Amino acid sequence: MAPGSLAEFIDHNEGALLAEWTRLQKASVHGLRDRISEAELRTASHEFVLALKQAVNSGETDLLSPAFSALRDHLSSLSSHWAALGFTPSETAGFVFSFKHALFLHLKQVTKDPAALADQLWESDQLLDKLGLFTTEVFQKSREQIIGRQQEEMLELSTPVVELWHGILALPLIGTLDSARTQIVMQNLLEALVARSADLAIIDITGVPTVDTLVAQHLLKTVAAARLMGAECIISGIRPQIAQTIIHLGVNLGDVVTKANLADAFRVALHKRGLAVAKIQG
Amino acid sequence: MEHIPILRLGRFLLVTIQVDMHDQLAMVLQEELTDRIVRDRARGVLIDISALDIVDSFIGRMLSNIAGMARILDAETVVVGMQPSVAITLVELGLSLPGIRTALDVDRGMALLKSAIGEDQEGDLGRHG
Repeated sequence: MAPGSLAEFIDHNEGALLAEWTRLQKASVHGLRDRISEAELRTASHEFVLALKQAVNSGETDLLSPAFSALRDHLSSLSSHWAALGFTPSETAGFVFSFKHALFLHLKQVTKDPAALADQLWESDQLLDKLGLFTTEVFQKSREQIIGRQQEEMLELSTPVVELWHGILALPLIGTLDSARTQIVMQNLLEALVARSADLAIIDITGVPTVDTLVAQHLLKTVAAARLMGAECIISGIRPQIAQTIIHLGVNLGDVVTKANLADAFRVALHKRGLAVAKIQG
Repeated sequence: MEHIPILRLGRFLLVTIQVDMHDQLAMVLQEELTDRIVRDRARGVLIDISALDIVDSFIGRMLSNIAGMARILDAETVVVGMQPSVAITLVELGLSLPGIRTALDVDRGMALLKSAIGEDQEGDLGRHG
């Protein structure tokens, strides 16, 4: 098929194609109407056909060429929008693939020569497959962005530094410690030490499910870094199983003060400051 | 050439590093500081590195060396005001500066030095100055 003839074909049959396509979309994409309105779908379809026409008109077949930029932009925004609405990747790709069905039906009616028809089908099939895969790619990327953002939010949520007393900070750790998190935990703690001019910190690991050599090493690094800045750390909340693991693994905690629970650690911290909690007389 | 001033404060020497430390400067500081410890009969050295954003392994080792030399000359060393990013870098480099005392700020560093060498010797050195 000569360049432009597909565009011409789309141009001539635009109205019929759109009508057929919308009908097929409703049938193929399950639950479509629950999530987006029919008008919205029709606008999206119309824009897609316009952009496709423009792209095909250039005679290019490479999806990354400038002629396809309008089409790419349209599909990208559609994909990320649909991803946010909760569509699956196959539903999003189905948007493009269902157009294939409408297009083929019309091509079959217009082109009578079987060889020419086969060529036309093959060419448009390839193009639309690429477009369908493109939507899946964009879909995945936008999902990854969502996941990445959520991970960041979780990191921020899970590393609060609280002030227990003037100059005494506590860092309750919850969840598994990996290298990335330890880095943030370390940074948060050290910055809080400077900001609040505190020289005692209690790292509470009650909420850390497992301690392996790596986690222990990370904890020791944090303690060492705090010491370099002139602050002392106490590790609290060590459960019996974790104590066993630490010894079985042969991890040497060195001269780090460890306590079984936060209350004991706090008492030690107060004692170091020359303070004590006393009962009110009378 | 750049020069790092060494201030005398009673029986202590106060060094505030406010320029980027390069290796030559570190060597000069090391030499001058040991000279001054002997000359002033100092009992403590306080090094303020709060203005330093970058400390490499060489500077880290130099701090260790100064502390070691000072100890031989009967003076305690306290490094104060290390930035969080510097502390993290040093730990990642495997330099935890074991022989060095540290404090959050100059105030606490002074208190630490005083408690380390004992208050009773203050009068003795005060007369010397």
